[in-house]
Amino acid sequence: MINKVASSVAQALEGIPDGATVMIGGFGTAGIPNELIEGLIAQGAKDLTVVNNNAGNGDAGLAALLATGRVRKIICSFPRQADSHVFDALYRSGRLELELVPQGNLSERIRAAGAGIGAFFTPTGFGTELAKGKETREINGRHYVLEHPIHGDVALIKAERGDRWGNLTYRKTARNFGPSMAMACKRTIASVHEVVELGALDPETIVTPAIFVSQIVQVERQATQAGGLKKAA
Amino acid sequence: MSMTYSRRTKDQLAARVAQDIPEGATVNLGIGQPTLVANHIPPSREVLLHSENGLLGMGPAPAAGQEDYDLINAGKQPVTLLPGGSYFHHTDSFAMMRGGHLDICVLGAFQVSARGDLANWHTGEPGAIPAVGGAMDLAVGARQTWVMMDLLTKQGASKIVRECTYPLTGLACVKRIYTDLATLDVTPHGLRCVDRVDGLSHAELEQLVGLPVQA
Repeated sequence: MINKVASSVAQALEGIPDGATVMIGGFGTAGIPNELIEGLIAQGAKDLTVVNNNAGNGDAGLAALLATGRVRKIICSFPRQADSHVFDALYRSGRLELELVPQGNLSERIRAAGAGIGAFFTPTGFGTELAKGKETREINGRHYVLEHPIHGDVALIKAERGDRWGNLTYRKTARNFGPSMAMACKRTIASVHEVVELGALDPETIVTPAIFVSQIVQVERQATQAGGLKKAA
Repeated sequence: MSMTYSRRTKDQLAARVAQDIPEGATVNLGIGQPTLVANHIPPSREVLLHSENGLLGMGPAPAAGQEDYDLINAGKQPVTLLPGGSYFHHTDSFAMMRGGHLDICVLGAFQVSARGDLANWHTGEPGAIPAVGGAMDLAVGARQTWVMMDLLTKQGASKIVRECTYPLTGLACVKRIYTDLATLDVTPHGLRCVDRVDGLSHAELEQLVGLPVQA
């Protein structure tokens, strides 16, 4: 019997090695799998490369992982936010390497890894600093930059419901990077708020099919906190 | 200089942009000032707002106490979804942007060149932490990229320039520039004035911009 349901966050995260590339879903605080990140901190893997859209908000979640000093490099599109003080300090003191990627290129590079694409030409970033040193090509009169996939060892994503095969649905804009990251990693671990029986998820509305998911673990629902916002003036 | 004219307020500028968004358009409003445009689209006009983080058919901010931070916009502010709206994942959302499916995007800017080059993501100053987000995808992806900004910096220099000195977001991508003093089109033949605030003469506008502007 296929059963991808882990009994605990700790069990789900067993064996993540030092030096791993860890993709973490989320945009701002929506879709950040806080329980899995806390589990990764407890698990202790170090020398990590993290892929996320941002670089942590406040002091919890990804910011807490960065604060442990176990992240060597972050690949993201939008690190600087009103509440990114943990990242800002690490970056300014040279303790964290940053690879800044335009957001759509980040998402497409992740998808490309999952889809078996060797590299792709995109118009985004052509003629800018973020395309420096990259191969370019003119195709039908338009300029493109060659971008390569980002492969991950582990994806940590937050979903809403899942079944023992690993099928997933998401909640509102917390979906964001989850489906692409689930495809792009050797191992994908999803937190869910509800584990349901096989067949309970409408097959027409399953967003991430089981094939992309290694383990799911149920966590209690916590209201997503605001993040990335300036204090109201 | 005789100040016989006054600047458009942020809301007046947002209303000016909204005036040009046609019925049925699919529009992405960038973070910051462009977000205000949504407040000025007449209720009689149906416009589909897209947000890069994965929603189409975005509605207004929720009532106090109704915020759900799993439902946010690109600026991470809580929003709502209109009936008929949809959620989708990031890669699909950027396919909508890059794939030419958006009619219009409205972005803020540090500088725009007379050719329509856009600089809006990084000041390039030492110690400044860069953040690009979806700006480069929007700039080159939408069918029309509009910029919304003050014409002048706080020091009085034109933000419409011959060549951008800030790091570029996209090349020759801006079609129209809405400012607090005038609206300008970027054409293959240079800048063209669409409108200017009352009391600002064409000669004064050209002097402020420091570049030729067609009437």
